[in-house]
Amino acid sequence: MNAFAHHLAYDFRTGLRDKSQMLMNYLFPLAFFAMMGLLMTQVNPTFKETIIPAMMVNAYMAGGLLGLPNPLVVSREAGVFRSFRINGVPSLSILTIPVLGISLHMVLVSAVITAGSALFFGAAFPLNWGWFVLIGLVAIVSICGIGALLGVVASNSRATVLLAQIIYIPSMILGGLMLPTSMLPPALGRVALLLPATHIINAFRGLALGLPPSFSTTGSLLVLATGAILSYALAAYLFQWDNNARRTHSPFLALLVLAPYLAAMLLSA
Amino acid sequence: MNESVIQVQNFRKVYGDFVAVHGISFEVQRGEIFGLLGPNGAGKTSTLESLEGLRHPDGGSLRILGMDPARQSTSLWRHIGVQLQTSALPNTMTVLEAMQFFCAYHRVPVRRDLLERLGLADKLNDQYASLSAGQQRRLSLALAIAHNPQVLFLDEPTAGLDVPSRIVLHEVMRELQSAGTTIVLATHDMAEAEKMADRVAILLKGRIAACGTPKEITAAGKGLTRISVRTENNLLARNGVVFPGVRQRVLEDEYVIYYSADPGSSVAAIIRHIDASHDTLIDLRVERPSLEERFLEITQTYA
Repeated sequence: MNAFAHHLAYDFRTGLRDKSQMLMNYLFPLAFFAMMGLLMTQVNPTFKETIIPAMMVNAYMAGGLLGLPNPLVVSREAGVFRSFRINGVPSLSILTIPVLGISLHMVLVSAVITAGSALFFGAAFPLNWGWFVLIGLVAIVSICGIGALLGVVASNSRATVLLAQIIYIPSMILGGLMLPTSMLPPALGRVALLLPATHIINAFRGLALGLPPSFSTTGSLLVLATGAILSYALAAYLFQWDNNARRTHSPFLALLVLAPYLAAMLLSA
Repeated sequence: MNESVIQVQNFRKVYGDFVAVHGISFEVQRGEIFGLLGPNGAGKTSTLESLEGLRHPDGGSLRILGMDPARQSTSLWRHIGVQLQTSALPNTMTVLEAMQFFCAYHRVPVRRDLLERLGLADKLNDQYASLSAGQQRRLSLALAIAHNPQVLFLDEPTAGLDVPSRIVLHEVMRELQSAGTTIVLATHDMAEAEKMADRVAILLKGRIAACGTPKEITAAGKGLTRISVRTENNLLARNGVVFPGVRQRVLEDEYVIYYSADPGSSVAAIIRHIDASHDTLIDLRVERPSLEERFLEITQTYA
């Protein structure tokens, strides 16, 4: 087994072994799924149409946004990256392997949510499985990209939690997970376009579920793909091996990741 | 034939307005154990981390095995081993996983033998966070030498180690040295440096205050040799005979302790005096000035 495979296998095991990662990867999203499945499908039967993508996006945000950045920050603070560095571990591995590890967990959680939604809550399976899988992967990659970027720029664990919540909480309220974005007041609907969750749900609705999208699905995919590319490029550019090193680039450059989302918002006006 | 594997010339390191290292120069030969000594903030870690390619120098030149650590760090890291002063591994990584992980990146077979040698054989499946500080240090040493580096940097390697672990560490260092590994040892422990290092450099306030073999450095001081004498009738304690070379006389338990600038003459005169007084010598110890005493002397000079 080569170094990359060793590293990935170790990282995947950590996702199960580490209590906080286990919580964010599995326990929280699956418990939330069970709760939403039991409550929301009773309160709002149309929720069955979107429970699968909604709970998948919640799982991706839990793992990728709330779970992924903190181990990056803690490892940098504790000197783990320094130990890795002098032993030849490339920075690209440090950034990509946690994303791949989380992605594998997210695929497993997605399978549980998809099967569980149909089995326990009477949700309909997607009409187009090809788009369903593709959008799921794009969603994982784009959310984990933002998570990796947060882990790179956040100065400490508290900042990580704060930054992640700034994206997570509005996404849950405005992102189309609980109710369609089209039902939001127009101004809030436009603000919602700043959130990856809005574009993911919109793409799922239009391309995989056969439901009317709130806006262009092609535009959503384009925004998500551009955002993902930008987030990884910025994370690699802003990456620091240890907290003692002087920053050569301003962490505010990370805000560039908002560019495609801002463009979508401006174009919708 | 001596072969210089580390060359430091006018190395300077600055943090903001603070000059941590003021243009120091030294060389380390292949197979040598070179000690970098100094109090906290003397510039040891800055020097070491710049040599390791973790920091960029602000002046001067550094060469290790002919490579520039700042520009050729990736190539350099294949040939050097580093035990950092503050290194860490992920808390959930087990001892065996750590060895597998680093060996995979260095493309060498997994070195279980090193884990056994350093007393970690029964800890293979223990997670890093559950290891004691000493076990963590031993693991980091095992990882640093797993790929048989040509140059090994040890930053405070005995911090947190118990006595048996220190002995094992020193044995491992000697074995590595016999195999031709060059070792740079940064430490606060003067006894360790005196015992292990072929040469030492004492760093004070970012400057080299002394450099040479431990014997050369201690000999250059004005330290006095300590002569401890105990006799059956304790006559030396009762009379105040002045012996040649003795600068100071102290009574400690049943011993009379003389501090002498000329230990040969002093010891000969003391023995003659004991014979002449019809007393019987029970114990006689001669201790030359230690590196620690010389270090304190130099520190006071620079204060």
